Amino acid sequence: MSEFLQQLLNGLSLGAIYALIALGYTMVYGVLRFINFAHSDVFMVGAFIGYYLGKLVPENTVWGGLVVLLAAMIGCAVLGMVIERLAYRPLRGAATLNVLITAIGVSLLLEYSGQVFFGATPRTFPAVFPSSNYSFGSLVISSNQILVIVVAALLMVALQLIVYRTKIGTAMRAVSLNPKAAQLVGVNNDVVISFTFGLGSALAGAGGILYALNYPSIDPLMGVMPGLKAFVAAVLGGIGNIPGAALGGLLLGTVETFVNGSQWSTYKDAIAFAILIIILLFRPAGLLGKFTVEKV
Amino acid sequence: MLSPRSGERQQADFPRHLRLMRRTFSLSLALLLLLSPSSATAAEPIKLGEIEPLTGKEAAFGQQAHRGVRMAIAEINARGGVLGRPLVVVVEDNQSKPGDSATVAKKLLSREKVVALLCGGTSSNCLEVAPLAQTARIPFVATTATAPEVTEKRDYVFRSCFIDPFQGAVLAKFATTTLKTKRVAILTSVSASYSVGLSKVFREKFTARGGVIPAEQKYSEGDKDFRAQLTAIKAAQVDAIAVTGFYTEAALICKQARDLGLTIPIFGGDGWEAPELIEIGGQAVEGTYYASHYSSESTAPEVRDFVKKYRARYNGETPDSMAPLAYDATLIIAEAIALAGTTDGPKLRDALAATKNFPGVTGRTSIDAARNATKSAVMITVKNGKPTYVETIDP
Repeated sequence: MSEFLQQLLNGLSLGAIYALIALGYTMVYGVLRFINFAHSDVFMVGAFIGYYLGKLVPENTVWGGLVVLLAAMIGCAVLGMVIERLAYRPLRGAATLNVLITAIGVSLLLEYSGQVFFGATPRTFPAVFPSSNYSFGSLVISSNQILVIVVAALLMVALQLIVYRTKIGTAMRAVSLNPKAAQLVGVNNDVVISFTFGLGSALAGAGGILYALNYPSIDPLMGVMPGLKAFVAAVLGGIGNIPGAALGGLLLGTVETFVNGSQWSTYKDAIAFAILIIILLFRPAGLLGKFTVEKV
Repeated sequence: MLSPRSGERQQADFPRHLRLMRRTFSLSLALLLLLSPSSATAAEPIKLGEIEPLTGKEAAFGQQAHRGVRMAIAEINARGGVLGRPLVVVVEDNQSKPGDSATVAKKLLSREKVVALLCGGTSSNCLEVAPLAQTARIPFVATTATAPEVTEKRDYVFRSCFIDPFQGAVLAKFATTTLKTKRVAILTSVSASYSVGLSKVFREKFTARGGVIPAEQKYSEGDKDFRAQLTAIKAAQVDAIAVTGFYTEAALICKQARDLGLTIPIFGGDGWEAPELIEIGGQAVEGTYYASHYSSESTAPEVRDFVKKYRARYNGETPDSMAPLAYDATLIIAEAIALAGTTDGPKLRDALAATKNFPGVTGRTSIDAARNATKSAVMITVKNGKPTYVETIDP
């Protein structure tokens, strides 16, 4: 029983990170109907911002950690907006496939520029937050795991409030529903899309820091696998759906952890993706997605 | 076609870009000759090829090994080179990626025309290079590849280190006699041939000594999360964990094991040996053990001399075993070239195979019939953030 609870806890802390990254994929998809493949590399840049800043602030302090987290979020938000402005906006009217291929190009650009600027050698992420372990009976949880779950939960609630309770959130939903109609009623689409990219990238930045805190070895290609998993999580939950992305991330993280702790750990990704296929067979729009008939 | 033509005509027939290339080439050759100090003697240098993971996940192995090779070459050239010719090394980076070693090996063999190949890094890298060297009939010395299949069935492939069956036996002996453990869990990296092989031998030798292995868990290279496997190992209630993979994962495993409240000893093979183990693992790798090829704390004159020279050359850093193994391998090749009196592949191969009691930094090296080096292993522990010698083991 205690092993089950421990695995559940491990799975939730891994899933929370997937969920944070998945939110970025889902938000951009919701507004622009395309997959921003560069998202996983914004996640990597977030971790590297943390790496360089972490050397400037004192280690093992709460305020130092928060400064690093906030700076990475702001840095990634700016990066996300710049990417949107330079790479995606000129293609606004073009076919989705063109934008998709551009996204893959931006992703590769970030990965290999990262290898040039940061070097390909894995770096050790500094311990910016104070860390300690708490045990409840045979259950052990580290403060970093708690931090991941708490920060992820807070950010998701904040995101939900922004999307449903603010003016810009209403505008985002309007653009998502019908960009032309939104423009007609006075929404500035460029500003809204830019904001969406900023918000999604900030979450990726936070995800990067939290990931690096738990697994303190970072390199320019670190975003590839978590990015792929998060993308799957977003599809699993129903792409374009915010609570769906969170649910998909948590589910994927938990399944992966349970498979990893069993005899079949070699097949962990295969099993996780097989579950995805089965779910999509029965619910083609994902767990929480609504299936809509394409209007002709 | 065969009628004599003037040089002018021939040049005109030559494709334009090729002519340009030829001109640039001869120009750069002339420049090179002007710049090189040995231009007076004009002896053509002997080219060795080296393939290392200079960047990426196993960069620590490649960087250290390349320093060893450069040190050896500088010393050989200071003594006047081999066969009156200077020795040079052409190094290529495989970026710690599967597939890249074969690509750069082809380049070294066909374009650079090297007379011998050296490869540090992992057994997987060397397994890519070995068949190419065999086909080209160019002797190849693996400096740190410990998987047995690297040299099997290929008479042009040698190594300057011990092999995994030996290392697995050393770890099994260490676990039973020094750590006095009965129940050990194994954590294997299934995507590294080194790790799979080492785990297999350890399992056999440890159970032969009366030990029990109640839990075996797996992971893949590049994984970051091992909490699931460690939680399963914790539930199996073992006395120690054997982690047979490489340093990046080993450090993360130690960290997460300590986070989960596992305080039992953790140990591994020579794949752990890198400064990054301590850098990433920090407090968590304190008191863990790994097997190695030599200890920099040894009092043997060869070791003391090597460590002194290495420190003088590389800002006081202490070499781990990758540098001395590569250093020894380079000296062994140089000696074999001198012995063979030629750089011809088959003759050089025979000279390498005849190496007996070569006084290297990592011990007296003899090449056995299976082209493996025979020598003893040492166990190292991390104490106060420094690798510290524990004991020498001959299983």
